[in-house]
Amino acid sequence: MISSSIREQFPILNQNINGHPLVYLDNAATSQKPRQVIEAVKSYYEWDNANVHRGVHTLGSRATDAYEGAREKLAKFINARSTQEIIFTRGTTTALNIVASSYGPSVVGEGDEIVITQMEHHSNLIPWQQLAKKTGATLKYIPLQPDGTILLVDAEKTITDQTKIVAIAYVSNVMGVTHPVKELAAIAHRHGAIIVVDGAQSTPHMKVDVQDLDCDFYALSGHKMLAPTGIGALYGKKALLEAMEPVEFGGEMIDDVGLYESTWKELPWKFEGGTPIIAGAVGLGAAIDFLQEIGLDEIHRHETKLAAYAEHRLSEISGLSLYGPRNREVGVITFNLGDVHPHDVATVLDAEGIAIRAGHHCCQPLMRWLEVSSTARASFYLYNNESEIDLLVAALIKTKEYFAYELG
Amino acid sequence: MNLDDLYRRVIMDHYKNPRNRGSFDDDALKIELNNPTCGDRITLQLKVEDGIVKDARYSGEGCSISMSSASMMTEAVKGKTVKEALDFAEHFSSMMKGETVDFGDYEDIEALSGVNKFPARIKCATLAWNALRKGIDIEQQHK
Repeated sequence: MISSSIREQFPILNQNINGHPLVYLDNAATSQKPRQVIEAVKSYYEWDNANVHRGVHTLGSRATDAYEGAREKLAKFINARSTQEIIFTRGTTTALNIVASSYGPSVVGEGDEIVITQMEHHSNLIPWQQLAKKTGATLKYIPLQPDGTILLVDAEKTITDQTKIVAIAYVSNVMGVTHPVKELAAIAHRHGAIIVVDGAQSTPHMKVDVQDLDCDFYALSGHKMLAPTGIGALYGKKALLEAMEPVEFGGEMIDDVGLYESTWKELPWKFEGGTPIIAGAVGLGAAIDFLQEIGLDEIHRHETKLAAYAEHRLSEISGLSLYGPRNREVGVITFNLGDVHPHDVATVLDAEGIAIRAGHHCCQPLMRWLEVSSTARASFYLYNNESEIDLLVAALIKTKEYFAYELG
Repeated sequence: MNLDDLYRRVIMDHYKNPRNRGSFDDDALKIELNNPTCGDRITLQLKVEDGIVKDARYSGEGCSISMSSASMMTEAVKGKTVKEALDFAEHFSSMMKGETVDFGDYEDIEALSGVNKFPARIKCATLAWNALRKGIDIEQQHK
């Protein structure tokens, strides 16, 4: 069990917002950072800071060891075959854009298909939209069920021999849906396509094994998994990454530079032009240590339990619409409170010290599918507990009463 | 933080009973504006003749602040000269920065001054006014 004392590891949680203890329920947007991560970044800057892969001096070696050490941790964390398959990026968006802009044009041509869903975050939708436009390929959508899940039989129909790329989120940032990525990978591979998995919302919350999923690319963000902002990664199968051209050219990524021709470093560095996000990687390494000390299975169990409790408590509020499947496995709950606009809900909740997200969650096509302009979203992490959900429910009832009175 | 500073009675009245909500059938000047960070959208239509805003209507989706602000804005600028309308827009921006301003015969708008204390909501309140500015801009370019 996750002990309630875990909250003490997160300094930010120990504060009042508008006179109330902070209840942070916006974890799908970004997570808070434990002292261990903050200290690792601080210590790096206070003792080890130097540029990597070039200095002969001691600090240069320490910085390189810390940076490459973080890569090893991440490779093990998602069970990549080797560190050559882990490219550090700014986050999921950059990782997905590398695949779309480098791998994409090498395999997608006119008449080919790229398959996604209407539930994708803009970062796993627009790069494919752009690729389809540039190459003359068709962008196809696997239809969604009313609860936001997809059926494999629909995936079978949508993915054809013309399909070159299937791109899908493992876990939706809005609907709390976990997609059958392993099965989708098998379908894609049967048709000679590759699968790109947006792991921004899955990696922080559940055990991920890229070899077991057999995905070809997997993108993730550090800041959603207790690490600093500005660090993320792209996992790719070595053979695919080796065949790809770099996206950014400059220092750090070269082997030999001539006046008219240059050659690239080997994997993974050929994709890491410029001075990398060293402190961010150090923070990510510390975050992985923290998560593994608790155990991803334990975190997942904790959040599934919270999600069940939240579904139950929220459904008691009359007039509240819950979106997404029941008995969800992940702690992402999207809802609307009758006629009260999500912004107004979020403002009243903020006055009670409760942080939730209101808006379209970078999923405008999904909002249109839901036939709403925006929604409110509460999302949980390992430090949240049932009493915070009780506070959320009480504040929502208060919101309803406030606006029922104001709106007469 | 006092919610009543934000949700004043007059604001809720404009939200509940919007003025000038709808659209003109003819091809009056039309401005569509989104707030990409939150999903609010407004379609504003203006009828400008001889340098005077003869009529204004809006439609759209958004929170109580953005929609009530649109309702007030259309009511405030109707019958005003283009310059007066732009002055109102300027006043509104100043009010969002916390300055005390006088809207003369149209006091309702001053109820939105409380938005200043809720920085995340300022963009909601200014959406309709940005649409007005854009509309007048287009109108003047056409001349």
